[in-house]
Amino acid sequence: MTELIDKNNLRVDGRKLDELRPIKMQVGILKNADGSAYIEWGKNKIIAGVYGPKECHPKHMALPDRALLKCRYHMAPFSVDERKSPQPSRREIELSKIIREALSPAILLEEFPRTAIEIYIEVLQSDGGSRVASITAASAALADAGIPMKDLVVGCAVGKIDGKIVADLSDIEDKEGEVDLPVACMPNLNSVTLLQSDGPLSKEEFKKAFKLALDKCRYVYDIQRKALLEGYLAKTKEA
Amino acid sequence: MSKIRRKFVVPGDLIVRGDYKPVANVYREGNSIYSLKVGLSEIEGRRVRVIPLSGRYAPRVNDVVVGIITDINPYAWTVDINSFFSAFLPATDVFGKRFSPERDDLTSRLKLKDVILAQIISFDRSKDPMLSAQGPRLGPIRGGHLVKISPVKVPRLIGRKGSMTRMIEEATGTRIIIGQNGYVVINGPPEKIPLAIKSIEMVEAEAHLAGLTENIQNFLSKSLGRKIESEKFDGE
Repeated sequence: MTELIDKNNLRVDGRKLDELRPIKMQVGILKNADGSAYIEWGKNKIIAGVYGPKECHPKHMALPDRALLKCRYHMAPFSVDERKSPQPSRREIELSKIIREALSPAILLEEFPRTAIEIYIEVLQSDGGSRVASITAASAALADAGIPMKDLVVGCAVGKIDGKIVADLSDIEDKEGEVDLPVACMPNLNSVTLLQSDGPLSKEEFKKAFKLALDKCRYVYDIQRKALLEGYLAKTKEA
Repeated sequence: MSKIRRKFVVPGDLIVRGDYKPVANVYREGNSIYSLKVGLSEIEGRRVRVIPLSGRYAPRVNDVVVGIITDINPYAWTVDINSFFSAFLPATDVFGKRFSPERDDLTSRLKLKDVILAQIISFDRSKDPMLSAQGPRLGPIRGGHLVKISPVKVPRLIGRKGSMTRMIEEATGTRIIIGQNGYVVINGPPEKIPLAIKSIEMVEAEAHLAGLTENIQNFLSKSLGRKIESEKFDGE
């Protein structure tokens, strides 16, 4: 097995156990979408675009009491080492569903009955933790579109590699490590909207990992909030 | 007048704690008021609201909007009002109670792509907005230049009691019709229209900045080479 943590407690990319990869975020990068955001999280490069609320098509899918939230997570053919077929894979369909479910508690869908809100997430380059990066970008794009939300949603993954709890797994750590535990939450409302796990953790380990994830979500939230603020200040400068 | 406090907020930001009244784009959770949108929070006395910086037009009854005819059926026109619902203008509103689909041809009054100024007379969660083109100033708009701006910027383009629109109109010698939905029609001599468009675009771009009126005033004065006056209000 590859050694993921060296004797100095440093990880393969030289990070400390609780250190995140560098994150850069930008809001309002697409002119044609109602709202958009771009995130670089380690080697992840992801664009999220939002339309809506808009008239729901096909009409029979419209809900009488709230907006229909549609979400597509898609990986570009060039986002991974070997060309990925552009058609939605089993994994992409699953991620679309869990991202939709992670975002919908924040959105006031009942304000827009019979309409649709569409989220398109395009992964240009993929690394570990793309689902939490996508959620973070998509929620910023929703805010940019002016859709009423109770809170922003941010995500951060934690996990267990070489028997130790670490924050923000990279691709290799995700594949070689023992557990990946992505968490998304609404920091101001103190609620969790996504919690997945792909391996066993003891009760103590889970408590530690979960707390670490929430702490790191706070950190990502600050970056996301700053990106929104700067997005609107930048528009000011253009004028 | 009580002092207004403004602050940049994003969804979920705590605006204020205590005995306050949520007015617009905010929600209350227990004793605290949080923002629902990206915008500027405003506390005026006990009233708390957020002025959004982005978003689509949400129809409201009594709003006057500029609409574009997108479809015609034997009983009504379908009108694009820049919102998540298309509005409809019933034929009886234009032809009167005596309207008969066999006798009256809707295209004789309004054709596809015609622009109208209309008022939303009914809208709720279960029904699409219904328009009326009967009333002072309402009806077809013949001629002019259509500009689309973000609906959240409309209040700034109107200004206090219409002062911003009046300033642009007087300076450029045009007539400006503003729909609450962000569609704006400019009428006037062709050579005057580009400056009016430019001023409107400037209002849209700088809507959330302080000193908007002075900026537009300076821009117009510079472009025209003469001093443009703006209306002064107490407390500005």
